[in-house]
Amino acid sequence: MKTKLKNIIDNKWNYAFLLPMLVLFVMFTLYPIYNIISYSFYEWDGFGPLNKFVGLRNYKEAISDPYYWKALKNTLVFAASHLLFQAGISLLIAVALNNTTAKLKNIYRLMIFLPVITTTSVIGMVMAMIFGPINGPINMALTELGIIKKPIMFLSSPDLSLWSTIAVSIWKNIGVSLVYWLAALQTVPRDVYKAAKIDGANSVQTFWRITLPIIAPFGLVIALFAFKNGLYPFDIVKTMTNGGPAFASDVIDTYLYRYAFNPEQSVIKYGFASAGGIFFALVVIGITLIFNGITARVQEKNK
Amino acid sequence: MTTIKKTVKSSKLFKLNYMKKSIATNVIFIPLCFLWCYPFLWMVSNAFKTPPEMFLKGLRIIPEKPVLYNFVRAWKAARFEQYLLNSVIITCGVVILVLIVASMAGYAFAKQNLAGKKLLLAVLLATMFFPKSVGIIPIYKIINALGLNNTYLGVILAIGGPAHVMAILLFMRYFMSVPKELEESVRIDGGGYLTVFIRIMLPLAKPVFATVGIFNFISAWNDFMVPLIFTLNKPSMRTIGVGLYAFFGEGTADWTGLCAAATIAIIPIITVFLAFQRFFIEGLEGSVKG
Repeated sequence: MKTKLKNIIDNKWNYAFLLPMLVLFVMFTLYPIYNIISYSFYEWDGFGPLNKFVGLRNYKEAISDPYYWKALKNTLVFAASHLLFQAGISLLIAVALNNTTAKLKNIYRLMIFLPVITTTSVIGMVMAMIFGPINGPINMALTELGIIKKPIMFLSSPDLSLWSTIAVSIWKNIGVSLVYWLAALQTVPRDVYKAAKIDGANSVQTFWRITLPIIAPFGLVIALFAFKNGLYPFDIVKTMTNGGPAFASDVIDTYLYRYAFNPEQSVIKYGFASAGGIFFALVVIGITLIFNGITARVQEKNK
Repeated sequence: MTTIKKTVKSSKLFKLNYMKKSIATNVIFIPLCFLWCYPFLWMVSNAFKTPPEMFLKGLRIIPEKPVLYNFVRAWKAARFEQYLLNSVIITCGVVILVLIVASMAGYAFAKQNLAGKKLLLAVLLATMFFPKSVGIIPIYKIINALGLNNTYLGVILAIGGPAHVMAILLFMRYFMSVPKELEESVRIDGGGYLTVFIRIMLPLAKPVFATVGIFNFISAWNDFMVPLIFTLNKPSMRTIGVGLYAFFGEGTADWTGLCAAATIAIIPIITVFLAFQRFFIEGLEGSVKG
């Protein structure tokens, strides 16, 4: 006890330096988490006192709402496609780029990285035009090439709108995964490639047998980051389709936003939105834990 | 002798192979990068076209007779000087807040025997899994309760307030790598805790400041959800992204105007990125390696 007290006194400056972070952390992270859990048990329009306790009714309501499930499913499809394609395609690009000179590598990396840093909401609006049915360049090019006769309704067809937003979001985020993969590939010693070459391995064999095992541990992290990237597609969905048509591309972010902040589309239901958010958070945490379990196992095996 | 010849031959072969591969890479990547960046080319090119030219020759990249009036119209209609100023104030506020808070916390966390350090770090890391978009509802309420709704400070706190765990860890890792003797020698000369931090540690940590700064600059500038929610009742506080969305919304007919506006909106962030891209890329690389 005494040593502990002494430790705290000795470290008084260190604790003082932690203070600003702790104040903000409690105010804007811990307290909101506590708050949202408590809101979720009340019927509340965001104004007035919080006094209409309804138990688990908000949760039941969210879980029995088919639109909630639609949004949840879309969100998971969104994230899973990022895991597969953002992480997958960027690996292909990285392996292809890894063979060239440093100068070329940097130039191409920069170009592929460009969408990452541009404002997502602005990109969403520009992409809505590019995917447009009448004057959009994609439909124009496809028509001129004679591939299609009628324009494709990328954003206003319920079958395509979600996939169009996913495609744009992957295009926008691939640069991040590419930088990660290139960093991972740098950890493979050049000599290993030379040795493989001398032993007569072709590039496909070299990739599967040598490169991939070395970068696999990075791959799990990169896949998890890509998955997380795809879980919160508010900006791109809001600006490209606003969740439409008829909620076909609705995701949890836009669903919750509607109930919490957008009186034009729905009645404000803070408690309900909070319950929907908590349920979503539980799903995310569950998936993350499973993912962490897999990562731990793989790392164990590698040792 | 033969082995030497063989190695020379094989290294030459290696080089030749390397060149072949370089050419193959270019053949693949030049068209790929053209398509990749096409949306930007299309956007910039249409910003200089007249509406009829855009609708008749939408695929043409170089405008026949470049015009500037789209920019003039977009600038006036979308109140750009106001939105740009808002974006700059909010972004810089967030960057300064995060740099101060994270560098101090990172420095304290870098100390060895700090009671409660492990627990705190674990709690910080655990909250990273909580979806940010879910937390925005109570944050909105807290900012309201503080009377900060519709103020710059409110938006800055809503973006910069939630823990920036990555930034804290980056600073912590860096300060841990600074040799202890450095601090001790200053202490012997009579320098206090603050002297060590301000005179020695801060100047040393410049690269981390650059990395954390550029990361937060880009994410704060591009943030859409927070400024959208926090300026619902106050259009004059909108940032560029939100302002453009409010003005052009979905399905605008003024495509050349929107292209011009989007070009103006994107130029600042691309410029900042190009200036500091080394730190940004290095920061990303560090986050996956560490």
